[in-house]
Amino acid sequence: MPMNFAALPARAAAAPGLARWGRHLNATVLVEAGDRAWTLVVRDGVLISADPAAAIMPRFDLALRFAPDGLARFLTSPPPPGWHDLMALMRNGALRVEGNVQPFMAHLFWFKGVLALLREPAA
Amino acid sequence: MIEPIIGRYLRLDLEGRPHRVYVEEAGQGIPLLLLHTAGSDGRQWRHLMNDAAVTDRFRCIAFDMPWHGKSSPPEGWQGEEYRLTTAAYTGMALAVSAALGLDRPLVMGCSIGGRIVLDLAAGHAEAVRGVIGLQSSAFVAPYYDTEWLHHPHAHGGEVCAGVVSGLIAPTAPEADRWETLWHYMQGGPGVFRGDLHFYKGEGDLRPRLAGIDTKRCPVVLLSGEYDYSCRPEDTLATAAAVPGAEAVIMKGLGHFPMSEDYAALRVHLLPALARFDSIS
Repeated sequence: MPMNFAALPARAAAAPGLARWGRHLNATVLVEAGDRAWTLVVRDGVLISADPAAAIMPRFDLALRFAPDGLARFLTSPPPPGWHDLMALMRNGALRVEGNVQPFMAHLFWFKGVLALLREPAA
Repeated sequence: MIEPIIGRYLRLDLEGRPHRVYVEEAGQGIPLLLLHTAGSDGRQWRHLMNDAAVTDRFRCIAFDMPWHGKSSPPEGWQGEEYRLTTAAYTGMALAVSAALGLDRPLVMGCSIGGRIVLDLAAGHAEAVRGVIGLQSSAFVAPYYDTEWLHHPHAHGGEVCAGVVSGLIAPTAPEADRWETLWHYMQGGPGVFRGDLHFYKGEGDLRPRLAGIDTKRCPVVLLSGEYDYSCRPEDTLATAAAVPGAEAVIMKGLGHFPMSEDYAALRVHLLPALARFDSIS
């Protein structure tokens, strides 16, 4: 499954309005899919980095834990019905949001917008 | 350009309390009462009410539920928590119909509106000539914590719109997607959550379905495939429990077909409306 996390900060910076939706978002977010994981560092709505997470004792404020097959369906373009949105994945049991849920619920447009950018073809 | 939609305020009692309800209408003919979704208002129907293919045959009436849109909450609202119930919602639809002098309207609702038309069909077939449920199901199980919809640590407008944003089909026109979401961003504090008290809890209408006689009150259910709140299988299960009910799963549409992509809905809606032309 292609997931270009390395390009995600640049794509997020180029997405119109995305930083505004997250203008008060400051968080370290673990994104996990099976045995792979990344750490997103967000400051004032700007995605500073999206690097592979530390293998041992990764630190984060909240974690988005995806079922790998659910994330793969989410990343198809266009995504199929029922797998096209983070909350659709939650409904299907393919995403668990853990830790401090408040930044996620208070900035839903930011989280949905950033992860949808992974659908774009690799630069 | 001036649109044909006109709006007025209706004064009536609901559950024994005086209310001021905003009502829009357009067209002439068979009365068609339109019910909006939870946390939104009657503006969702503006495309339909500008469609001459509908308004040439139907008198379309969309009202904002109390607490929604331009309808005020009742006096004393500041001291209570808004919670929609089946009885209040059914009573409201019947009261508005009676206050406007409608003769057995066709009732079309979406989401919570698609739910309550099932109660109207089951218990008030004498008062309606038929029902159309968009994104209609008898029950939806909770799949997120609705406490966040009215919480001081999340902006109410943004979280309500953010929660429902994924219910819109990816193929919906951008302008219509964001107008649909804007309506959610304008909802009053706790109102969307109060509607969901009915939708995800109190308003389980599965026991009512057996009481629907589609010979007296025809039932048509139209649901978009991208809706993961009222899923296609939920609509199909509801239709299966109502002998004679018709159900169509609509490609490329989500939870808000009338506002997110009216052109795509229209393909399915006009034939559904046509069958009610001949029912008096």
